[in-house]
Amino acid sequence: MAAPLPAPTRQVDPAVTEDVAADVPWQAIVWNDPVNLMSYVTYVLQKLFGYPEPKATALMLDVHHKGKAAVSAGDKDKVEADVAKLHAAGLWATMQRSS
Amino acid sequence: MNGWKKSGRGAKARLVGTFDAQEAAVLRGLLDEVRQMLAKREADNPADELAVLTGMRTGPSSRPSDRVLARLLPDFTTEDADLAAGLRSLHEPELIEAKDRAAAEVLGGLPAGGGRVELTPAQGDVWLAALNDVRLALGTALDVNEEMSDDVDPDDPRAAHLGIYHWLTFVQDGLVHARMRV
Repeated sequence: MAAPLPAPTRQVDPAVTEDVAADVPWQAIVWNDPVNLMSYVTYVLQKLFGYPEPKATALMLDVHHKGKAAVSAGDKDKVEADVAKLHAAGLWATMQRSS
Repeated sequence: MNGWKKSGRGAKARLVGTFDAQEAAVLRGLLDEVRQMLAKREADNPADELAVLTGMRTGPSSRPSDRVLARLLPDFTTEDADLAAGLRSLHEPELIEAKDRAAAEVLGGLPAGGGRVELTPAQGDVWLAALNDVRLALGTALDVNEEMSDDVDPDDPRAAHLGIYHWLTFVQDGLVHARMRV
């Protein structure tokens, strides 16, 4: 996906370029939705992320009862790809920085 | 449609269901409508010269004003409007393509006059996604909510469409459960 970048030539002082945002992992959030079936949400979480059924069911119940659940986490590219897959499956998903 | 049954095992496992002529016509009509909505969204954002030259498509950066389309093509984030715009532009073309391909595959596998449908597990997944898109479109248009009962009030002006929505729910839920057993 990303094009090869030229090697950095500028020397940077690590003490002053503490890029916190780049280190903070991201989360994919699935939101409750009146249309998506509980059975289907559970199945999608199993299929996309390889979660065992009990874990997928627990996450689905969190979505259902609490309104949302973090279903995956990682760096920005990974979570972005996860959200794209969730959208293709029709789930209402967004990404956010972990708090 | 009496639900889905699993037949065969292992590599020969199939998900089997039967649609009568009217059911097939209803589902085919809804799939066509979803495809038309997606095509219109795409037509509103024609590929520019750069996209044609590079083969790298970019989609629109703003959310569809139509709420059904907005539900089918959600924002990537609510926290940062610029990031949401950039990610939409990057991912929307492939999302539209995936949804269109799923709808087209179901249309290809569902006989126009109704009949028996036999799906491999992979085809079952495509059907699940396409059925979900149809339910999202219809459910959003009908303003369904979680408290709604399956018994449709005959005086509700939405009664006919709600009946179809509940039927689609039955078809999708049955397919999920059959698929989980494969």
